Amino acid sequence: MTFSSSLAGQRHATRPQGDRRVLARLLTALLAGALLLTMLLSLGWGAASDTDVVGALIGADDVSLRDRTIVWDIRLPRTLIGALVGAALAVSGAVLQGLFRNPLADPGLVGVSAGASFGAVIAIVLGGSAPFWLQASLGSFMVPFAAFLGGWITTILLYSVATRNGRTSVATMLLAGLALAALASALTGVLVYYATDDELRDLTFWGLGSVAGANWQKFWSAAPLIIVCLLAAPFLARSLNALALGEAAAGHLGIRVQAMKRIAILTVACSVGASVAVTGGIGFVGIVVPHLLRLVQGPDHRGLLINSALLGGVMLLLADAIARTVIAPAEMPIGIITAIIGGPFFLWILMRNRALVDL
Amino acid sequence: MLRKTFFGAVCLALPSFLQAERYPTADAIVSVGGPITEIIYALGEEDRIVARDTTSVFPEAVNDLPDVGYMRRLSAEGVLSVGPDLIIARSTSGPVEALDQLRGAAVPIVFVEDGFTPDAVLASIGTVGEALGVEDKADTLIAQLRTDFAALDAQRAASDTPLRVLFALSVDGGRLNASGSGTGAHGLIELVGGTNVMAESFEGYKLVNDEAVILAAPDVIVMMDGRGDHSGRADEVLALPSVALTPAGENAAFLTIPGALGFGPRTPELA
Repeated sequence: MTFSSSLAGQRHATRPQGDRRVLARLLTALLAGALLLTMLLSLGWGAASDTDVVGALIGADDVSLRDRTIVWDIRLPRTLIGALVGAALAVSGAVLQGLFRNPLADPGLVGVSAGASFGAVIAIVLGGSAPFWLQASLGSFMVPFAAFLGGWITTILLYSVATRNGRTSVATMLLAGLALAALASALTGVLVYYATDDELRDLTFWGLGSVAGANWQKFWSAAPLIIVCLLAAPFLARSLNALALGEAAAGHLGIRVQAMKRIAILTVACSVGASVAVTGGIGFVGIVVPHLLRLVQGPDHRGLLINSALLGGVMLLLADAIARTVIAPAEMPIGIITAIIGGPFFLWILMRNRALVDL
Repeated sequence: MLRKTFFGAVCLALPSFLQAERYPTADAIVSVGGPITEIIYALGEEDRIVARDTTSVFPEAVNDLPDVGYMRRLSAEGVLSVGPDLIIARSTSGPVEALDQLRGAAVPIVFVEDGFTPDAVLASIGTVGEALGVEDKADTLIAQLRTDFAALDAQRAASDTPLRVLFALSVDGGRLNASGSGTGAHGLIELVGGTNVMAESFEGYKLVNDEAVILAAPDVIVMMDGRGDHSGRADEVLALPSVALTPAGENAAFLTIPGALGFGPRTPELA
């Protein structure tokens, strides 16, 4: 029971279950409203501050082509991708944390994002020399597909290294994640030597993600995969709750543990892979969001997964608002901002849960 | 991915073949790429620029203009926010998505081919002059540069054995980041009649191995002058164990040039 007690914090332990569920429902409504609001703000915010957003949205006749382009082709896909990727990263974090039964798992921290980036980098550098049938059948989906494969392989490797007899050691998981991330970035480094100068400049993008350059093509290449994962995630909630008791106990409760683990890993790999493919690696969203929510509503995955998706979207859109306005007319990679906010937060969690990481 | 790259290449290549676009009334120009900004200034049309990219740092005055970011990482909205009616950009600018969005907003983009030879410089001046509708000024500048390049040619013919040059972009932890072929530095070395010692080994810039530096035996090491202490930098580079073993190290032959590796109108002057 280390998991639930440490995650919930002792001071919440006495609160009745019913209260928590009501609280979670209330939060869901609140966060849904907040997400809608941030999406609207995200449409209104930007370097071009004099844009006639409302006019462009309702399709008024006197709106300039410039404003229509800014709202419909630049900000709208960006806002939708930002909300989806934020949701995907936060839910992946929550699922990973449930799967590993500890609060320190995050797609960025445990190497899943690095693995997905590596997959994408392979596709960028070596994609031109892939067999023709592969290029023909995958087309512009080659990079997202490769990112998914990279994330999937990393997640499986991580799980098999860190879990023994159904128990996952936190320290082993973090160290394995470190090793896998180091390996993925080293292999990426090898490819850097084969890349042309142009490819090289594109490669730097995968390390520090950005929602810039969002367009409808990118949206359609990633959105279906992410949406399916987001819809699937809540169905994992009961199983993840049961898993908190340990694999054996979960099995006795009638959960098909192996099948459920496979689905969880697939969900994480798909959504992180698709996210990395369109935005590069954005860290810390997956750890900050679920953790904040657990502090408020407790560890029950039923409300947690949905609320993580909503709050993840809100957080990433806010970070993106900073990214696109702070040095306008130029832009900052959003990964810098999530890391600046998430890094200290991670340290704080570590200090609160020091016992968890003791080797 | 391949298809996207291909389309990108076609989009980038097309305008330079057409070369018929003229925007003589454009007066809110975003200039993307150091050499392009320099050309616009050399043509005396700088008042028409409203913003520039990070690589445009010469002349001094250009730094007062808003910076729309690194030329390969442009943000469509950022560029649109300065209200441009024309974008003149190096053909290697990007990303493709941002350029597509800018085209979607009906902002014309004129691409200027990159190149590191005298002919490329003259051609790019022609392209920019045409785009701005000041062909006469461009012709004058081209003629003047032609004379300068010819003088260089003569000078080069007169000199005896070519100097072996190693151009280093930076010193990273005691290793030189040297220029291979296909770079502005390489073009510049060729132009002054030198031999780029790394040209055979690789394209672009790479960190070079100490032993490769010794084997290459450059007569002189050239760097760009950055901000800060130049003489200290010379000492630092010449004291590197690998460099010390080369003729350049023995003769303390270290040279800095102003930072202008994108080929532009100042090229002959620098050479």
